[in-house]
Amino acid sequence: MTQAERQQWDVVVVGAGGAGLRAAIEARERGARTAVICKSLFGKAHTVMAEGGIAASMGNANAGDNWQVHFRDTMRGGKFLNQWRMAELHAREAPDRVWELETWGALFDRTKDGRISQRNFGGHEYPRLAHVGDRTGLELIRTLQQKIVSLQQEDFRDCGDYEARLKVFQECTVTRVLKDDEGRVGGTFCYERESGRFFVLEAPAVVLATGGIGKSFKVTSNSWEYTGDGHALALLAGARLVNMEFVQFHPTGMVWPPSVKGILVTESVRGDGGVLRNSDGERFMFDYVPDVFKDKYAESEEEGDRWYEDPDNNRRPPELLPRDEVARAINSEVKAGRGSPHGGVFLDVSTRMPAETIRRRLPSMYHQFKELADVDITAEPMEVGPTCHYVMGGVAVESDTAEAIGVPGLFAAGEVAGGMHGSNRLGGNSLSDLLVFGRRAGLYAARYASGPAARTPVPDAQVRAAAAEALRPFSGADAGGRAENPYTLHQELQQTMNDLVGIIRREEEMRQALRKLAELRLRARGAGVEGHRQFNPGWHLALDLRNMLLVSECVARAALERTESRGGHTREDRPAMERAWRRVNLLCRIADPDSDEGQIALERTTTEPIRSDLLSLFDKEELVKYLAEEELYE
Amino acid sequence: MTGYDASFRVWRGDPDGGALKDFTVEVNEGEVVLDIIHRLQATQAPDLAVRWNCKAGKCGSCSAEINGRPRLMCMTRMSVFSREEVVTVTPLRAFPVVRDLVTDVSFNYEKAREVPSFVPPPGVAPDEYRMQQIDVERSQEFRKCIECFLCQDTCHVVRDHEENKTAFAGPRFLMRIAELDMHPLDAAEESGLDRKRTAQEDHGLGYCNITKCCTEVCPEQIRITDNALIPLKERAVDRKYDPLVWLGDKITRRRS
Ligand SMILES: Cc1cc2nc3c(=O)[nH]c(=O)nc-3n(C[C@H](O)[C@H](O)[C@H](O)COP(=O)(O)OP(=O)(O)OC[C@H]3O[C@@H](n4cnc5c(N)ncnc54)[C@H](O)[C@@H]3O)c2cc1C
Ligand code: SF4
Ligand code: SF4
Ligand code: FES
Repeated sequence: MTQAERQQWDVVVVGAGGAGLRAAIEARERGARTAVICKSLFGKAHTVMAEGGIAASMGNANAGDNWQVHFRDTMRGGKFLNQWRMAELHAREAPDRVWELETWGALFDRTKDGRISQRNFGGHEYPRLAHVGDRTGLELIRTLQQKIVSLQQEDFRDCGDYEARLKVFQECTVTRVLKDDEGRVGGTFCYERESGRFFVLEAPAVVLATGGIGKSFKVTSNSWEYTGDGHALALLAGARLVNMEFVQFHPTGMVWPPSVKGILVTESVRGDGGVLRNSDGERFMFDYVPDVFKDKYAESEEEGDRWYEDPDNNRRPPELLPRDEVARAINSEVKAGRGSPHGGVFLDVSTRMPAETIRRRLPSMYHQFKELADVDITAEPMEVGPTCHYVMGGVAVESDTAEAIGVPGLFAAGEVAGGMHGSNRLGGNSLSDLLVFGRRAGLYAARYASGPAARTPVPDAQVRAAAAEALRPFSGADAGGRAENPYTLHQELQQTMNDLVGIIRREEEMRQALRKLAELRLRARGAGVEGHRQFNPGWHLALDLRNMLLVSECVARAALERTESRGGHTREDRPAMERAWRRVNLLCRIADPDSDEGQIALERTTTEPIRSDLLSLFDKEELVKYLAEEELYE
Repeated sequence: MTGYDASFRVWRGDPDGGALKDFTVEVNEGEVVLDIIHRLQATQAPDLAVRWNCKAGKCGSCSAEINGRPRLMCMTRMSVFSREEVVTVTPLRAFPVVRDLVTDVSFNYEKAREVPSFVPPPGVAPDEYRMQQIDVERSQEFRKCIECFLCQDTCHVVRDHEENKTAFAGPRFLMRIAELDMHPLDAAEESGLDRKRTAQEDHGLGYCNITKCCTEVCPEQIRITDNALIPLKERAVDRKYDPLVWLGDKITRRRS
C-alpha cells in the first residue's frame, strides 16, 4: 500500500455547499490557511438546488417584521424543540448575512423601491424570503464561489499563488476524521475520486458541512451526495447526533414519471397562490388545520384568497401550514382514495395567475414540468406527493461556536448540524442557517486553530487503518461467499427506510427496520466491487454504505424511542404531541463494540430552559400548548 | 408507453484511449438518458464513470455529447429518440478525458479565476444597496448559468483548437464579464478597471465571430450571444475607436 501524502493546513472544511463555503470564507478572512474539500465539482453542491429563498427578517415587504417575529415562527415550526439559542442567533444574524451577499455581487429580485424583495412561505408570518426567481440556491452558491475566487485573486496578487491560503480540493471524499495521540482532532483522511489516490489533510480544526442524509430513502429530493457522511464522520470521531428521529418530508415532490419521482416542487408555488386539491376537486387543507394553529389560518377559501392581497386583515390559507402538516394531510387524502392518478394530489397555479406571471415567477418549475413530465403548469395542475427532503437531526453542537459537544476541534454547520430547527424546519430557514452558522463555525475554527491547540502529527497507525478500511471493498466477500453488489444493498436500504421509517411510523415496523438494518450491515461487510480505483462509482457507493447504515440506524432507533408525534416524526400508534417530551433530546452515539443491540446507543438529555425574555415573546395561552407541566410553573 | 430495450453506444476509456461499447438496456416510461446510464452501472458496468449530481437540470454536472450534440444527460428524455435509434453517448470533446464520460474541466475553473471579481461600490453600507428590478434583470439572466460548460464545449474557437485555449475565455466567461459590466452597482470603472477593454484584450472576445452555437446548446436558454457577447463587443468597439471616449480615458488616466 502506498504511503498517503500529508499536507498541513489550519482549518479543513469538509463540504462546499452554503455552509462550507461561508465557513471557509470566514476562516480565511480571519487569517487561517483553509482547505475546502468536496465530493463534486466546486459550485455544484446540493445548495445549488435550493429554490424558494432565504429567510431573513429584513422587513422590506412588511415593516412589521423583525428578528423576534422570525424567532417565534421558527420555534413554532419546530414545535418548541429547537435549541432556542441557535434559533435566536439565526433570527438575529440572518439579515446581515443576506446583505453581505450583495456586497459580494449577489443580485436578488427587487421591491419597487429597489430593496431586496421578500416572498411568503409556509410558517412565516410575514413575507420573509429573499429570492431570485426560483433559483435562490444557485445565486447563493455562485456568490460564495465567486467570493472565494476573489480571495484567491487577492492571494495571487500578494504572493503569486492562488491557492496559498485558500484551496478547494474538488471531487475528493473524506472517509475519516483523524485524531492525534491525545484524542484531539488532527485532520481528515481523504481519497481523490478521479484517481483513487489517498491523502491526509492535517489540521487542528475540522469543520463538517456535508449536508444531509436523504439518499437513505427511496423517494427523495436529495442528490447522491446526501449519504450522511458528515453525520457518520462525527459519530465515529466521538460526537453525538441529536434529534435524528426528525426527518422532513416535503409535501410536494413530483410523483410522475417514475424516474423523477421525488424531485422537488418548490413551496413558492403555494406561497405565490398555488392551491392543493384532491380528486374530488376539494381544497382539503381546510380540514387539516391542527389545534395549535387554529386561530392563525383562514377558515374559508374566500378569506384565504383575500389574504394574498390584504394580509393584515385576513388569515393565510392552510396550504401554507408548516411542511409536516401539509405532508401528512396529502398522505391521508391519498390513503382515503382521493388521490390523483399517479398517487399524489393536485397542485394548481394555472387558475390563480396569468401564464406570463407563472413563467416569470416560477421559471424552473415551468421548465421542470415541461421537460420532464410534459405538463404545462400554466394550463394544468401538477401532481405532487411527499418526498424525503431534509434532516433536522445532526451533530450536537455548542450553539454559539458550532463546536461539536465533546470533541474539541471538530465543528459542524449547515444541514449536518442538529438542533437549530427542532422537530421541523421552516422553508427558507436552511439557507439562512448555512450562512449564520457557517460563518460562526469558520470564525471559531480559525480561532481554535490559532490558539494553543498543539499540532502533533496524526499517528501512522490511524492513517493505515483508514486506508485499509477504504480498500476493503476490493477484497469483496471476506467470508468466502459471493461479493454483495453495493447497488443492490443500497436499494434494499432505501426501500426499508421508505417503507418502515418513513412519513408515518409504527412501532412494529421500526423494529423490523432495525432487524433489516442489522442484516444489511453484515452483508455490507462483504460488499465487493470490480475494476480499479480511478473514478469507480461502485467503490464510492460501497464506502458510502457505511455512513448510510449508521445514520439510518440513528433515525430508526430514535424514532422508536420517542413515543409521541411531533414535527417530522409522526407515529400512528402515538398520534399526540406530548408536552412532557418537549424537554427531552435523544442523543445517538456509537455503541460499545461488544454491544449486541447494534452500532448505535441512545442517551436522553433534558434541554436547558428557554430564556425568559424569549419566552415572553409568546402568549401564555400558546405556551400552555407546548411547554411541559414543570416548565410552566418555573 | 411500456418498457422496451434500447441500443446504447457508450464511450469507455481513459486518457490512453478507448472505444464505443455497445449495450442493450431496458428503458421505461418517462426516463432520461442519465437513468439509462445509471441502469448500466447497476446492472452491466458497475465501474462506468459518469459525473452527475442533482438529476434535475440544476447543477450542470452531467454534460456529455448525445448523438454528437452537447446536452445534459438528466434533461434529455428518452422519448426524443425513436425506439430503433442507437443512442450514442460520448464525453465532452473539448476537454481531456479522465475516464469514460468524465472529462477534466479544470480549464473552466482557471478561466473563472482570471475574470476580475465584483467591485463593491465604496461608501455604500451592506444594507443600503438599492437597485431597480429592470436594471438587475440583464445580469440576472446571465447568473442563471449552471456552469455545465456545454457552451465552452461547443464553441468552435476552442472545440478543435487547443492552441486558442490560452487566449480565449470562452462564452461562459465572456458572459461573466458582461454580467459584471452590466451590474448596476459594480464599481470597476471607478477603480480604474475597464471590463470591456479587458474582455477584448485579455479574454479573447475578438475570437468570437458570433456564430451563436453557444446559445443553441445552453440548457438555461440564456441568450449568450445576443444579450452578452454582442453588446460587449459593441461597447468594446465604442471604447476603442470612439475618439471622445478614447480622449476621456487618456485624460482621466493622466490625472490619476
Ligand atoms: C431541491 C431542494 C430545494 C431546497 N430549497 C430550499 C430553499 O428554498 N430554502 C432553504 O432554505 N432551503 C432549501 N433546501 C434545503 C437546503 O438547500 C439544504 O439544506 C442546504 O443547501 C444544505 O447546505 P449545506 O451547506 O449544509 O450542504 P450542501 O450544500 O449539501 O453541501 C454539502 C457538501 O459537502 C460535501 N460532502 C459531503 N460528504 C462529503 C465527504 N465525505 N467528503 C467530502 N465532501 C463531502 C458535498 O460534496 C458538498 O459539497 C432545499 C433542498 C433541496 C434538496
Ligand atoms: S457566438 Fe462566439 S462564443 Fe458563441 S459559439 Fe460562436 S464564436 Fe463561440
Ligand atoms: S451559459 Fe449556458 S451553456 Fe454555458 S455554461 Fe452556462 S448554462 Fe451552460
Ligand atoms: S445532474 Fe445536475 S444538471 Fe444533470
